[in-house]
Amino acid sequence: MPKREWIHAWLLLLPAFVFLIAFTHLPAVQTLIDSFWSTPKGRRPAVFVGGDNYARMLADPILAKALWNSAVYAALTIPASVVLALAMALLVQARFAGVALMRMAFFTPTVLPLIAVANIWLFFYAPGFGLIDQIRGLFGLPSVNLAGQPETALYAVAAVTVWKEAGFFMVFYLAALQAVPPALREAAAIEGCGRWTFFRRVTLPLIMPTTLFVTVNATINAFRLVDHVFVMTRGGPDNATMLLLYYVFENGFRYWDTAYAAALTILLVAILTVVGLGQFFAADRRVHYR
Amino acid sequence: MTGAGGLDRALMRAGGWVLALVWMAPLIYALWSAFHPSAYEARFVLTAPLTLDNFATAWGKAPFARYFLNTILLVTMVLAVQLVLCTMAAFAFARLEFPGKGVLFALVLVQLLILPDILLVENYATMFRLGLVDTILAIGLPYFASGFAIFLLRQTFRTIPRELDEAARVEGCSLLGLMWRVYVPLGRPAMLAFGLVSVSHHWNNFLWPLVITNSVETRPLTVGLSVFATTDSGIEWAVINAATLMTSAPLLLGFLLFQRQFVQSFLRAGIK
Repeated sequence: MPKREWIHAWLLLLPAFVFLIAFTHLPAVQTLIDSFWSTPKGRRPAVFVGGDNYARMLADPILAKALWNSAVYAALTIPASVVLALAMALLVQARFAGVALMRMAFFTPTVLPLIAVANIWLFFYAPGFGLIDQIRGLFGLPSVNLAGQPETALYAVAAVTVWKEAGFFMVFYLAALQAVPPALREAAAIEGCGRWTFFRRVTLPLIMPTTLFVTVNATINAFRLVDHVFVMTRGGPDNATMLLLYYVFENGFRYWDTAYAAALTILLVAILTVVGLGQFFAADRRVHYR
Repeated sequence: MTGAGGLDRALMRAGGWVLALVWMAPLIYALWSAFHPSAYEARFVLTAPLTLDNFATAWGKAPFARYFLNTILLVTMVLAVQLVLCTMAAFAFARLEFPGKGVLFALVLVQLLILPDILLVENYATMFRLGLVDTILAIGLPYFASGFAIFLLRQTFRTIPRELDEAARVEGCSLLGLMWRVYVPLGRPAMLAFGLVSVSHHWNNFLWPLVITNSVETRPLTVGLSVFATTDSGIEWAVINAATLMTSAPLLLGFLLFQRQFVQSFLRAGIK
């Protein structure tokens, strides 16, 4: 009798697993294997090169730049979007005239295609007639090409990411804030506890699980969200906005150096795995779901 | 005391409106330039004449009708297959006992971390071997078995009381009948939530479609838009902005009409 249940279960799982294995597990394993081989060129087949691709990574100045950029990009976008998301949630959790409009303003970027809004932002940043330059003009400041000069390009790209994801994270904070028991607030008021103290000592610890969840998502996004780079800067100027995933794309599909791209993919997967394991252990210790 | 608190609140709220304005500014700016002649794209006067010419120009300069069709085919196909495959798998994980359950579920969770987007080099090679490069099917294939959907639906199915199973069995319901008549209807809110997330994700997805497509017949809107906006043929900003708004319009309108459902769905999908 239990045997039949087993077969039913396996049959139900079979179709999903065909696709999972074919497009996630096998490619992941194949990527690892490929990273130890050379790129086949024309009639020359791939040869086993051991750790050559990885050795090349160590000596690759553009990769070093891309890793540094990815770190800066993460260090900018993660705290900014998390703090803004919390601020937004605190702002729109109250009831007042126009709160629906404010909430909508914050959330709208979430549903817009990143590639499309990149066009709008590029227009925003455009030297001379872009809105930012026009505002600078009012103060007599000279024109700047924010997305086009190496000093500011990465910040210009990071600003779009924060704009895109903060409203999304706000939703999770809103739900968390609603779960803070009102009785606590009353008790704190009786004790003469100020609003700021209450927020710091009661609200903030209570919404810690959400902060962790949002932070992990922001971290994954920091390595995954590169669509706007394609429109805004293409990794330039002078590799100023070269991010790890974009570099994988460049090697894989612009230079067709698939072996090196495979090794870079492994690096990316390793980083994401560390983030994922970090989440797992942190969640185990201080977060209780449900 | 209350006076100070009130002032505090008013200041916070004013700050909130400034932030909201900044958040809406790109969209407002795009709307302004798309609906006015290009001479007004950087001159904000209320008497500027309104026009739809930019939309007409954009529509005429690139095959947007085809791109729309491609995207609609893509998101429909992906969602339909995802719902069928993932409901079956989630049902098995939620209600049946079988050897290898833990390992198999862990294999599903792997996909939450190693998203198909990241494995693009290898997936391209697979599509090449299958002869599927530059097809709409190839854009969708890596996303058909969504680890995320399996996880979400499994969580939902586990909350359904077991007594319903017994009742259905007594009524002579088969396993598939049980899934179809009890679990699918009760899991509908979760499926709707996943559906909205899936549609907006695939409507907006860019990197993988960019890699795997190279012709008008297969390109989705996002890739079509990027091709349109980066051809250096001196296309005016107003026209690019019109095209940008056009491609985002269906999702944006859907969001404005069903705001609550959208927000709830994203929330549900994220927290589980």
